[in-house]
This record gives sequence, C-alpha cells and structure tokens, in this order.
Amino acid sequence: MRTKCSIGRGAAFMLAAVLFAVFLVTPVMKVEAADPYKVGAVFSVTGRASFLGDPEKKTAVMLQEEINKKGGINGHPLELIVYDDEGDSTKCALAVRKLITQDKVCAFIGPSLSGLSLAVLPEAEKHKIPMVSCAASYKIVTKDPETGEQWKWVFKTPQSDSMAVEAIYTHMKKNGISKIAVLSVTSGFGASGRSELLRLAPDFGMTIVADEKYGPKDTDMTAQLTKIKGLAPQAIVNWSIGPTQVVVVRNWKELGMTKVPFYQSHGFGSRKNIELAAGAAEGVFCPLGACNIAEILPADAPQKKVTMEYLKAYKAKYNEGLSSFGGHAWDALSIVAEALEAVGPDKAKIRDYVEKLTGFVGQHGVFNFSAKDHNGLTKDAFNMVVVEKGDWALAH
Amino acid sequence: MTKNFPLKKDRSLVHLGAFGLALLFFPFLAQRISFIEHYLDVMVFVGIYSIVAMGLCLLMGYAGQISLGHASFFGLGAYISGVITAKYGVNPWLCILLGMGVSAVVATIIGGPSLRLRGHYLAMATLAFCIIVTVVFNESIPWTGGPDGLAFIPGISIMGWALDSVLKYYYLVWTIVFLVLFLCLNIIRSRVGRALRSIHGSELAANALGVNVDKYKIYVFVFSAVVASIGGSLYAHYLNFINPASFDLFVSIKLLIMIILGGMHSLWGAVVGAVLVTFLSYEWLHFFEDAEVMIYGAIILIIVIFLPGGLVSVPAKVSGLWRGSKREAKG
Amino acid sequence: MEEISFASQLLQYTITGVTIGSVYAMVAIGFNIIYNVTEAINFAQGEFCMLGGLVMVFFRVALNLPVVVSLPLTILVVTAAGILLDRLAIRPIREPSVLAMVIATIGAAFFIKGAAMFIWGKNPFDLPPFSGRNPISFLGAVIQPQGLWVVAFLAVVVVLLTLFFDRTMMGKALRACAVNANASSLVGINVRHMILVSFAMSAAIGALGGIVITPISLMEYDRGAMLAVKGFSACVLGGMGSFSGAVLGGLMIGLIESLGAGLVSSGYKDVFALILLLLVLFARPSGLLGSVEVNKIKKF
Repeated sequence: MRTKCSIGRGAAFMLAAVLFAVFLVTPVMKVEAADPYKVGAVFSVTGRASFLGDPEKKTAVMLQEEINKKGGINGHPLELIVYDDEGDSTKCALAVRKLITQDKVCAFIGPSLSGLSLAVLPEAEKHKIPMVSCAASYKIVTKDPETGEQWKWVFKTPQSDSMAVEAIYTHMKKNGISKIAVLSVTSGFGASGRSELLRLAPDFGMTIVADEKYGPKDTDMTAQLTKIKGLAPQAIVNWSIGPTQVVVVRNWKELGMTKVPFYQSHGFGSRKNIELAAGAAEGVFCPLGACNIAEILPADAPQKKVTMEYLKAYKAKYNEGLSSFGGHAWDALSIVAEALEAVGPDKAKIRDYVEKLTGFVGQHGVFNFSAKDHNGLTKDAFNMVVVEKGDWALAH
Repeated sequence: MTKNFPLKKDRSLVHLGAFGLALLFFPFLAQRISFIEHYLDVMVFVGIYSIVAMGLCLLMGYAGQISLGHASFFGLGAYISGVITAKYGVNPWLCILLGMGVSAVVATIIGGPSLRLRGHYLAMATLAFCIIVTVVFNESIPWTGGPDGLAFIPGISIMGWALDSVLKYYYLVWTIVFLVLFLCLNIIRSRVGRALRSIHGSELAANALGVNVDKYKIYVFVFSAVVASIGGSLYAHYLNFINPASFDLFVSIKLLIMIILGGMHSLWGAVVGAVLVTFLSYEWLHFFEDAEVMIYGAIILIIVIFLPGGLVSVPAKVSGLWRGSKREAKG
Repeated sequence: MEEISFASQLLQYTITGVTIGSVYAMVAIGFNIIYNVTEAINFAQGEFCMLGGLVMVFFRVALNLPVVVSLPLTILVVTAAGILLDRLAIRPIREPSVLAMVIATIGAAFFIKGAAMFIWGKNPFDLPPFSGRNPISFLGAVIQPQGLWVVAFLAVVVVLLTLFFDRTMMGKALRACAVNANASSLVGINVRHMILVSFAMSAAIGALGGIVITPISLMEYDRGAMLAVKGFSACVLGGMGSFSGAVLGGLMIGLIESLGAGLVSSGYKDVFALILLLLVLFARPSGLLGSVEVNKIKKF
C-alpha cells in the first residue's frame, strides 16, 4: 500500500513540476534582437488545413532568413513571429490578438483559411493594423459586394476562387463543353469553390447536372462518380485538397471514365499529387499560378525569374516539391517587406504603401493594388495546365 | 461511496469566496506582467468551457450518464445566437434564451429514447447525435454559412453598454460561471442531487427506493444541454465567428477530457479541468510545436494513471502526505 | 463514355460498400476483442490501422521489401505497439474502471497520432497494390483487385478468429474472461495476461485493415479517428461483443454509406448509417446481434 501511494504522490509532484516548468519556460524562449521589424504570421500549420499552412510557414521562414542574410531591411533584422492556429477559429483569434497586443507587430500575414480570415479581420480593422491574408475568398477584402468597397486594413494575395473557376469555365467553353458535373469536399475549401462554380455557371452557359460531395477523410469516391457516370456529363470538376483529390482521380480512372475531361482545382498544384495518383492523373486539367509551372514558363514571362528562384531555394532548403500555397505566403511577406523598406514600421504608412503598390511581381501573378482592389490580381493570374507524361504542360 | 462526494458545506463557501477574489484580481495581475497579459483572452474561453463542463459534470460525474454529444448543444446555442443576431438583428440576450429553449427541446427529444441505453450504447447514441448535428450545420449553407462559417456576429451589450473588450467580456463570462457554479452546488446538495447520486450507484436500487429514475435522468440531461447552450451563445458573441468544426466530436471528447482530468465527481474539477485543457491546447503546448499532440496525449495518460481522482484530488493527496509525514515524525 | 445502367450503378455502390465495410468490420472486430475482456472501448483502435498503413509504407516503399516480408513485419511492429499500449497505458492504472481505461486509450490515441505526425509528417502516403491496378469489369460495374484483397483478408480474419476462439486454450480463456472476469481468475486464468493478448490481437487486426486499404485510399497520420468512429458504430450496431455482429455491422454501415451517397445525397451520407444505428438502438438496446442477457450482466 505504501509504495503505491508514494508512486502516486511522486508522479503527481513530477507532473506538477513539469507543467510549471513548461509554463515558466514557454514565453521566455522568444529571443529579442536589437531594433527588429516585427511581422506576425498565423498559419494552419497542423490540423485539417496543414496542406495550406505547412508550406506557408516554411516559405515565410525561408524568406525571413534570406532577408536577414542580406542584412535585414535597411539594417533592421526582420523578426517573424509565427503562430499555428491548427485550423481552429478560437486559436486563430487568440493568436492574432496576441500578435497585436502582446507581440506588438506592425503587420501580420495569414491566416491560411478563408473562414478564419473573416473571423479575425475585425481585429485588424479595430486595432488599425495591416493584414495580408493568405486565403482565397473575395469576401476577405470586399466589405460590400454591391459597391465593391474594400476593408481598409485587409489585403490578400491568393487569387480568388472565382478567378480559378473563370479560368476553368473559359477553357471548357472554348472546347464546347456545356454540361458538367461538380464534385466537392465538405470543407471550407471545397464549399467555397463549389459556391463559385454554381454562381458563375450561368455566365458561361454551363448546366450543372450533378452536385456531389464527400468528406475530407473519406476513403473512396466511387459512389459519387458512379452516380455522375449515370448522368453522362461532358466534363467533371472536382474541388478538394488533401488525399481526397488524388483518390477521386484514381477512382475516375478505375471506373473507366477517362473519356470525360476532368478538371481539378488549383489545390492540385503539386507534383507530389501527380505521383500519388499513380498514373491516373494523365490528361487532367487544372488552373495553376505561375509558381507551380515555373519551369515551363517562357523565358520572357515577367514572373519567370522570381518563380524559378523560389523553386530552387525551397527545394534546396526543405528537400520537397513546391506547393502553390507556399507562394501565397511568399507574396504576402515580400509585399510587407517591401513596404517596410519603403516606409518603415508604421502601420498606417504600410497600409497606404500597399494600397498604392502596382506592378509587384509575385509568385502568383503581377499585383496591382488600388483602393478598389485589395487583391490586385485578375483571372490571368491562372494558367490552364494539363498533366502530360507525369508532368505539367500548358494547355491550349 | 461518500468519499467521492464530499459534503463540506462551509468549506464550499470559503472556496467560492477565494476563487471569486482570485478571478476579480487576475486581470490586474495580467495587465502588469507582459508575458501573461494575453492570458486574459484565454481565460474568457476557459470560462465559457467551464460552463459547459459543469453541466456535463453533473450529468456524468453525479448521475453517471455518459454523453459525447454536448459539443452539439454548445453548437446549437452558438448557431442560434449567431444566425438570429447576424441575420435579423435580434437582441443577443433574447437569442441566448431562445437557444436555451431550443436546446431543451432537442435534449428532451434525444434524451428520451437515448437515456434508456446504458454505457457504451448511450455513448454511441450521443456520438451519433453529435455527428448528425455537425453534418446538418455543414450542409445548411444558407443558414449557417456551411464549413466556411458565419462571420460578423454582433457582440453583446448590457443596457446599451457594449461589452466589446476582452476585460468586460471576462467579467461577464466569469460572473455567469459563478452563477452556474452556485446553482449546480445547490442542486447537488438538494434532494435532486441525492437522487442523481443514487442513480449513479445503481439504477435498480434507486428505482426500488422510489426514485423516478427516468424523470431525473432526463432532467439532468436537459439541464446540462441548456447550460451548454448558454456557453455556446457566449462563445458566438465573443469570437463573432463560428464554424461547424468548433462543435464537432473532437470538442465533445475535449469536454470529456476536461472533466476527467479535473476530477469527474467534483464541480470544481470541471473548472480546473477547463483551465488545464484550454491552457494546454491554446497556449502552453505551442512551445513543443510538432510534438504538441504527443505531449498532450502523454499528459492525459499521466493524469489518468497517477491521479485517478483528477487534479482536484491533489490538495487531498498533498495534505495526506503532510499528515503522513507528521505522523512519521511523531514516531 | 458508355451509359451505365441503373442496375450496374447499384452493383457499383454495393461493391464499394462491401469494400469499405470490410475495413470497418475489421476495426469493429478489434474493438470487440478488447471489449470482451475489459468492457472498455479502445479509442486507439483507429490509430492501429493508421500505423499499419504507414509502417507498411516504410517497409514496402522505403526499404523496398516485398509484400510477403513487409506484411508480417508490419503486423509485428504494430502488435508491439499494442502491447506497449497495454503495458504503459492500461496496466499502470491502479483502479481500472471502464471510464479510466477509455480515457487512457484516448490519451494513447493522441500520443500515437502525434508520434505519427512527428515521424511521417502530415502528407499522405501511397502503397502499391498487392496485385496491380487493372480494374476487373463485372456486369457493367468495376472491381478493383485491391478491393478483393480487402474482403479476402476479412474472411481470413474471421475464419482464424473462429478457430482460435473455438479450438485453442487461449481462445477459450479469452471467452471465459468475456463472460465473467472474476470467475475466470478464480479458475486460474491470468486476466491481466488475457488483456495483453487482447490488445495484441486487436492491434494486429487493425494493422491489417490499414495495410489493405492504403493502396486504395492512401494513408496519413490523422485518418485514425474517422476509422475508429466508423468501426465503433459498426461494433455497436452489430451488438457489442459479437463477432458476427461486428462483420454484419461493418458491412451494413459501408453499404448504407455507399448507397446513400449514390442514391440520395452525398452530403448527408454519414448521417444515413447513423440514423439507422439510432433506430436500431432505440428498438433493440443491445444492437442487432448482441445478447440482451449478457448486456444486463455487464456493468458498463
């Protein structure tokens, strides 16, 4: 009886000591440098949106190191404080508030998810701090869709889902397709794409004969595809991210549906996905930003230089393929860095600078911001690409 | 049996008083020490989860009925508050009451047949309920905004005085925690509380003694659902944004972990557990980055193995140790 | 594209449903083995599947060992993980109540998931299928060869388990524990040892499920939770403790999901199986094939 009690007591004390030590040590580990420029970042590095946040964080950290290696911004080191919101709205809000009130950053980039960006933008507006989101929804920057009025302090770097959909529909229309089936995952990413697909369909003369869904952890989409097969559409559009976008392509091939053109969302933009599809991705179309196809861009394309550099640097540092989502973080942080270089760490001046920024060559397009457009991109930021012989090729 | 449910009436008031004072003065402390300044924000969420956890504690720790569906009642309160204030501009307090009403009705409908099940079957029924509600939240896009969530939910105000800062909301939430705590402590000490505990001990025996087992089980289930709904509404009006992922099965499991780690048979355990789990997952474990989930699992294991009575049993163990060593010293 | 007839569509849904249902059945069997001896639910069961898939990826892809070698090696490794789970998480509990064991398995599940994320990262992994990818055409529908392997492995597991529980001493000892653990220890059965065996077996079967589904749907570090929930649903639907119930429950849930997605609405497909489950439970509180008498004796 004695020994059991003392083990319990001993362990209880140990646990208390460990927790207390963690508690004490946690905040102290942040190293303060002399006179740095503090920029915050909130990404969904783990959790359900890690496909977005993980490459975004890696890119941002890589970029920060590059900048500091070159001597910082006007001699000031760039301090990047990154928090992981794990795809959770509460954690995201807490992280953003911490960045603003406790870490006192002069601007922050992220979040990775549209929903979360909408959740935290009131904080940016309230505390008058520039926010450059890495999420796609147009609602992040557009305060009033009727008048087009933009939120004052909020910008975003990814192309809107509507631009990707427009690119897809334009390609379809050019190829005489008008009857399509839509597949989407029941997450924020899928729901957003689906709503744009539904909304823009009439503008391009598209009739949607099937609107099927699946969960982000589902193992098989043959049921949904079988139903679609029965409705005989002229093309299929799938909007998802993560392993499901690979499984659905495999199912498409296994069911013998390869004669029906298959379009993926821009979430497909990674060579790893082609590899995982194990040959099933041949002939699949998708709209991609320039950074995904850096190698096949013509030499005189304005984005060729920055995208090739990013590709090489990312591969060298992390030994893994590029992800288009990392490019959004590259764009966001680079824009903030350029603003810092021009006007210093004044929040209002940074905001004004970004709003007037034009001709900024980024990973996903050439940005032209204005008071009426805090995204700065058009649908030309997307190129239609097709998978040929296991690699990307420009589609015609 | 009695050692699980201490009935020290006077000590409870002292505890309540001490706790209240600590909460009152915590913000002043936080604002002075820069690296915990931001804990005030976290404490608001701790308070919200405590409210839900206390209801669940009454259901699980005292009446002995398991529920994996409480995140859904939390979510119902949040969505009703959120949707009706955002779309129709109705007064948030009215919406909180409406949320409570709806949760009560849903809990009665679900609880009726479910509470006839026992153990794992009851767990499964509540789990099924939780998943179904999450899917409904996800699919009802015109109402709830779907997976992308519902943004720009208005905040709460009292008689025109807007509660729009972290500090004001902190006091609001913890005042409500106190009210709920007081209410629950009274319930436990009343006939109802004794009836619940008899049900936990043995439903057959309780029935034989004349306790209307079915009635009490539904009462406590509905009560805990209503309390969870209050927490949900407070959550929606604080964060001003909700999405279905905040009310799914994993949140139900998180609530379970809160009351178990805190101490299932004590209301204070619910609060302590909420503090521990919320701070761990929102603050302290971020230091470990990629190892965060592993360490979280390890902490759960350590507490379950070495502190089966939860964290609230630590003072008793410590005083036992103290008395034990005093006895040894005396020889 | 050739038109597909409604009958072929139905057949296709059935094939998909049976394939995925077999995986759910394997998870459910794992739940039952541990439940029978401990009355507790092992929330880490799904993580065993995940580990099976990822460890197999390591042996088969990273080390390039043939399936015949990597499969048994993977099962061994995951069984070891199951034994560790029993030793480090279950056995140290001093007052082994059912709830304590359940929470311990939840903690263990988080730990295993966290470890997997740490080791393998967040990306999905692929396995080459056991016998190629060429789909087999059958009456207008399509069968993947790997799907046949899934059903085959389920059948093998069921047959082996039946033989084990009927013919071997250890199997009979496990059955005795299921009926009444106290009485079993009185006749000399080491219940703690039986608990260890049950965890080892559940881990092995779970791993098999994960290995065999990965070539079809990839595997990543956080797939475990979903599999555990579906497997638990199958277990309860069929009646806890009953192996035929687990197989029946798993196949039913797989079929309802697939048919529901195809015929009604794919957004609500998870709901159909759960509604059926609720209806069954309200009508028959012990599940479809669960024994009412046994349910009354069990304390949880």
